[in-house]
Amino acid sequence: MIYLELFVSFLYIGLFSIGGGYATMPLIQEQVVDLHHWLTMEEFADVIAISQMTPGPIAINSATFTGIRIAGIPGAAAATLGCILPSLVIVLLLAFLYDRYQGLDIVQGILNGLKPAVIAMIAASGLSLVTLAVFQSGQPSADPEAIDWPGVVFFAVALFTLRKWKKDPILVMAGCGAAGLIVYSLLGSL
Amino acid sequence: MRRDARFYRKLFASTFYISAFTFGGGFVIIPLMKKKFVEEYHWIEEDEMMDMMAIAQSSPGAIAVNASIIIGRRLAGALGVLISVLGTVLPPFLILSVISVGYTAFQDSRIVGYVLRGMQAGVAAVVVDVVIHMAGGLLRKKQIFPLLMMCGAFLASAVFGVNVVMIILVCGAAGAIGAGFTMDRAHGKGGRGE
Repeated sequence: MIYLELFVSFLYIGLFSIGGGYATMPLIQEQVVDLHHWLTMEEFADVIAISQMTPGPIAINSATFTGIRIAGIPGAAAATLGCILPSLVIVLLLAFLYDRYQGLDIVQGILNGLKPAVIAMIAASGLSLVTLAVFQSGQPSADPEAIDWPGVVFFAVALFTLRKWKKDPILVMAGCGAAGLIVYSLLGSL
Repeated sequence: MRRDARFYRKLFASTFYISAFTFGGGFVIIPLMKKKFVEEYHWIEEDEMMDMMAIAQSSPGAIAVNASIIIGRRLAGALGVLISVLGTVLPPFLILSVISVGYTAFQDSRIVGYVLRGMQAGVAAVVVDVVIHMAGGLLRKKQIFPLLMMCGAFLASAVFGVNVVMIILVCGAAGAIGAGFTMDRAHGKGGRGE
């Protein structure tokens, strides 16, 4: 049953996305793209872009988007509920423990230990996104023909702009969208 | 503070408003919630708010949702949780519902395709920028163990395709053992060892 599958998948995403935001990305990719094929890698990248430009957490945005596409509004509700449930249980439990004992040293310790792993997994997800952007088919290949040269340039310029001038990511992505519209229209490619 | 209809309406309106206008993720929402509930409404003390936000950041899931759960509980128990979570989740839910319908309708359009294709390069750059920023912070600490863990986790995930949760559980366990170890040492130094 699709509602249950969506619920369980996003329950899993909600339970293991520690640190919020980008940390959720590798889990969503694993569940939604790799495992269930509910979205393609292109659609996943679009959801991340949309999430950046709209308010709200990536997890809730992805749950709503995926749910609606797979099973309409009830699907979106099932996925969003799944996403929230682990938070509900764990936050309330921690709040209770905090009231009782104060201090959260062990929790903080575990979080510190997780930080390198979280960075590594965001990096792995980033690698998939770079591959998607710089190869025409979205698959790695040694053939120079397979490289999406405008994509390579957009990526390089965008990264440089972000690193050097610390521009707002929303502006950078919108700029890439505008550049894509102009360059790809002129080349008549895709 | 009286927990009447007006209070619940205010709670819903403020969480809805904060969620609808927070671009840029969970870390932005925390100062906004502090401003609203501590400085404007005086419903929560500053110190308590800081501890609550630490819990929200320490729990899995979206930080905005976690923060609304703990604030709702503190202000009005179960009903408070329900109302503040609804207020936080509804804006992205409504916005993304509309967008996904539009996305499906325009997905096959060439023009939209060109824009989205360009934006995919932008998204990749934004994520790589985040990774460089986070990894740079870790590198500056000059500790060998977290670095090894980061490289190991990256290889496991990107090259060997190890399950994300597996990596989190293994690294979390290593972190917990490491934290226990440093705490024991700290206690030992203070002469309070058991």
